[in-house]
Amino acid sequence: MNSRLPSVPMAVGAASPRRLPASGGVGLKPEHFQEILATRPDVGFFEIHAENYMVDGGPFHHYLSRIREHYPLSVHGVGLSIGGAAPIDRDHLAQLSRLLKRYQPESFSEHLAWSSHGGVFLNDLLPVPYHAGTLARVCGHIDQVQDRLQRRMLLENPATYVEFSASTMAEAEFIAELVRRTGCGLLLDVNNVYVSCVNHGRDPYDYIRALPLQHVAEIHLAGFAHDVDAAGDSLLIDSHGAAVAQVVWDLYAYALERVGPVPTLIERDNDIPAFPVLLAEAHRAERMMRDLVRPSLALRT
Amino acid sequence: MSDHQAFADALLAAESTCPPGLTAWNGSDPGRRFAVYRNNVAASLVDALAETYPVTQALVGEEFFRAMAGLFVRTNPPRTRILSFYGDGLADFIEAFTPAASLPYLADVARLEMLRVRAYHAEDATPLDSGEISRLLADEGRLPQVCFDLHPSLALVRSRHALVSLWAAHQAESVSAALAAVVPDSREAALVLRSGLDVEVFLVPEGSALFIMNLRQGIAFGPAAGLASAGDAAFDLAAALGLLIRSGAITSATIAGSIPS
Repeated sequence: MNSRLPSVPMAVGAASPRRLPASGGVGLKPEHFQEILATRPDVGFFEIHAENYMVDGGPFHHYLSRIREHYPLSVHGVGLSIGGAAPIDRDHLAQLSRLLKRYQPESFSEHLAWSSHGGVFLNDLLPVPYHAGTLARVCGHIDQVQDRLQRRMLLENPATYVEFSASTMAEAEFIAELVRRTGCGLLLDVNNVYVSCVNHGRDPYDYIRALPLQHVAEIHLAGFAHDVDAAGDSLLIDSHGAAVAQVVWDLYAYALERVGPVPTLIERDNDIPAFPVLLAEAHRAERMMRDLVRPSLALRT
Repeated sequence: MSDHQAFADALLAAESTCPPGLTAWNGSDPGRRFAVYRNNVAASLVDALAETYPVTQALVGEEFFRAMAGLFVRTNPPRTRILSFYGDGLADFIEAFTPAASLPYLADVARLEMLRVRAYHAEDATPLDSGEISRLLADEGRLPQVCFDLHPSLALVRSRHALVSLWAAHQAESVSAALAAVVPDSREAALVLRSGLDVEVFLVPEGSALFIMNLRQGIAFGPAAGLASAGDAAFDLAAALGLLIRSGAITSATIAGSIPS
């Protein structure tokens, strides 16, 4: 068994049991329900997409209830459309609130993106222009979500393919201001950082340094796919369909040095491999966290 | 805000267009980059339909299915953020879709597949204890007035086509051999039901289908059986009841006109 690392030090207070452990987690997929219950793999936590569990009954709730008894849980929303022009959907927020009450997850997170407009759900995480108007709107939405759910949420930095001529702020600056004004935490998706920085000709290391890293409470790692834009320059696609790339592991190591050990999720939503493949990536993240703290903390083995 | 409206419209437009106000760091045409979003939206929704409708897809082939689903997605985008039941209207869409007219059973197969997904995620309910059911069935005086509540996952499709046989053939080891034995034009009714964690599909005779539909509508045992016999002279009450009991479909019972206990 891996020894569990202490939780990421937060701004105030002692470690709370209501927090994800600073270890490697894996996205929970129906393909793996039975294997997880049968083998109880050494996983720090599981993460679910909230909307997949907004159903009345059946196997999803059956297995999640049982898995939840043995593992910390992160609920990750993909449908709130926090970056949307429209107000937050109250019915959807109410369903989310019921789900969180039922499973009492250690963490809830959503995206800096929009996915609904004019009553239509577009099923993608769409980009937001960065200026004073959108900043005020997104802050209002985050305030509303945190008030309704009575908990702090984590906001994930996006993977984007276009930028807006209307933007007046850098993305990291926009996120820093959102975190400052709303008190939300940050879900640092290191793959998204890499994808967006390549797509927009930026330095991913500079981007990470510009974020309010003291508020990072979870990290996501995933794989990307390659494409090119109209000029023939690299255009990376956040596919969640491949192993974590070495360049992303390198960037993760850099982030860990600045953030310290932090709950780290291996995300895989397409071409889902056998569970041990994902587990090995989660354990690699844990080894990197352990190596990080070894010089200063004598860990038991 | 109009920026989101233009962006959303271009995502679902039939022709590839690029909304205004987009830029790229290297000055390249943002249309190519915007197309990533367009493709993500269409492909993810078509994938969601393919997951719900595997037999429908197998019957027409992947290429045809994805082209048809692509049209459906643009004209019927999701109105909810919960995609579990997305594509509920695909069967009706197929019925009006001329290129699929040579497969008149396709829409009913799609109906069956959506009912399976609905059954999978339906509310949980505990089957009524078999001793309690036996006691009710033995009470001949009151049995005709008993109303049986059926499992929330239970649903029926009555078709002019052999929809159960067509669906079942795709679960067989050798699909082509199993399909060759199906006579598509024979009438069949399907009973869909989740038993424990597994969704099951039963081929039921017309009389059983009528009987179960009547019970589902809250009609008491006596009249439900009478209507089924009137609709199908070959109605076999014992077989219909046996199926409901074995599959755990009966979840509670009340005597008509009495207060539920």
